[in-house]
Amino acid sequence: MDKGFGTAACWLLVIPYIGLLWVPFYNHHDPVLLGFPFFYWYQLAWVPITAFLTWIAYRSMRNDD
Amino acid sequence: MTTEIDPTALAVFIFFFVLVTVMGFIAARWRRPKTLARIDEWGLGGRSFGTWITWFLVGGDFYTAYTVIAVPALVYSVGAYGFFALPYTIIVYPFVFMVMPVLWKRAKDNGYVTAGDVVHGQYGSRALELAVAITGVIATMPYIALQLVGMTAVFKALGLHGEIPLAASFIILALYTYSAGLRAPALIAFVKDIMIYIVVIAAIALIPAKLGGYANVFAAADAAFKAKGSGSLLLAGNQYVAYATLALGSALAAFMYPHTLTGIFASNSGRTIRKNAALLPAYTLLLGLLALLGYMGHAAGLKLESANDVVPALFQTLFSGWFAGFAFAAIAIGALVPAAVMSIGAANLFTRNFWKAYINPQVTEAGEAKVAKVTSLIVKIGALLVILFLPTQFALDLQLLGGIWIMQTLPALVFGLYSNWFRGPGLLAGWVVGFFGGTYLVWINGLKPLQAISLGGTPFTVYIGLLALIANIVAAVIVNVVTPARATARA
Repeated sequence: MDKGFGTAACWLLVIPYIGLLWVPFYNHHDPVLLGFPFFYWYQLAWVPITAFLTWIAYRSMRNDD
Repeated sequence: MTTEIDPTALAVFIFFFVLVTVMGFIAARWRRPKTLARIDEWGLGGRSFGTWITWFLVGGDFYTAYTVIAVPALVYSVGAYGFFALPYTIIVYPFVFMVMPVLWKRAKDNGYVTAGDVVHGQYGSRALELAVAITGVIATMPYIALQLVGMTAVFKALGLHGEIPLAASFIILALYTYSAGLRAPALIAFVKDIMIYIVVIAAIALIPAKLGGYANVFAAADAAFKAKGSGSLLLAGNQYVAYATLALGSALAAFMYPHTLTGIFASNSGRTIRKNAALLPAYTLLLGLLALLGYMGHAAGLKLESANDVVPALFQTLFSGWFAGFAFAAIAIGALVPAAVMSIGAANLFTRNFWKAYINPQVTEAGEAKVAKVTSLIVKIGALLVILFLPTQFALDLQLLGGIWIMQTLPALVFGLYSNWFRGPGLLAGWVVGFFGGTYLVWINGLKPLQAISLGGTPFTVYIGLLALIANIVAAVIVNVVTPARATARA
């Protein structure tokens, strides 16, 4: 796979920083999901999302070392 | 909580403890190299660990027994604010993904074992090497002591009082680490993590069921915070910056520690590390759910002497004796894995960047391994003495400073991977500014890691570690610009 795409995919890894460090966006009680206030399930949801983005970045790299 | 000995719980606990002790000694034979008398065999497992072992090892030394006890305790006490451990342990992985494979490759190509080796090789500066190495050792010692705090909470719940159980388990740990090196915690990490997973999954499934569901758990915690008049399910407006900077700062610091670097250097390839950056967040999910045990403590109406007792007390109150014993064994073993890796990381630093640099530059490979083994014993005894003779609060404060200190090694360790612009004197000046400036700020804030800042408008608080890191980088840039560029040795 070409190097350009690998580099581009790495920019995906910036997304979790924005999603989690912009606190006013998620410091809310509603909507509640399965009893969890938004503040909690939103942050928990970033775990699989970040893992998935990292996986895409991983797949896009040559990993020849 | 009761503090009488429950024979079933104790028997289950002892069974698992003996099991891992046996495994620890067997580990010297596991994936046996031709010799263990080399520091990268003893202290890095021969740099041979693939995806699975790395996952267990890094997971095991990053998410520690202290985390299992302290994160729920903080959430129990202060609510949402204590939850910053979750974003922290998410955003750490993109950083690991981008930086650590590059660092691994540099270390592998040049035979580096420690952060000090990397810095010395890059800048040829003994002073910078020493600064990085000393920071690593002193930031690690209180971290090991905190693992003992985690174990103490468990022993207390088992009804084992006094210092003998703690000392005994630590001596056992010291002996098998001595003989098997990094292979011991790597092997034990398998058992420990499987146990922790069982415990946490049982806890998050069964405890809310007993306490009327998650909605009720959150409602009970909310009521408790309102009654207490402090803590909250959501952040206050002036906590936003503190929450975000604590998460970011902790994430940048996390993989500068000698024990986490040891886990990285022990991997067999950069590819293994990248793959792990995608796989390790599974632990973070666990951590987030564990943190909620703090709220379950409120829902269960626990009356606690110390917030650190919240997790052990929950298991004791809501589960039968044998499962409580199993959970306690998981937590105690969860203290041994990181404590072993930490002592190995600190021992590697001492051996390579102090002993070899100053005491005996002609030390043989076997001699290096020997020094590292003995040092790992001394480091553990030191941590044990800290816990036995100094107040626990002291270890907590030191660990807090440790995070700020270790972060100041980031420019020296990481910048050189991408650019040759920085030179030793600038980075050393930056380290001095960050290390002592950060310590001073924590000191004048009454040993709190947050500094209040007012930029005309509403005041807010910022994590001091991040402030110190910025000052560090600024100082490094300025000194680098004003000092004449002499040819810097690149070993």
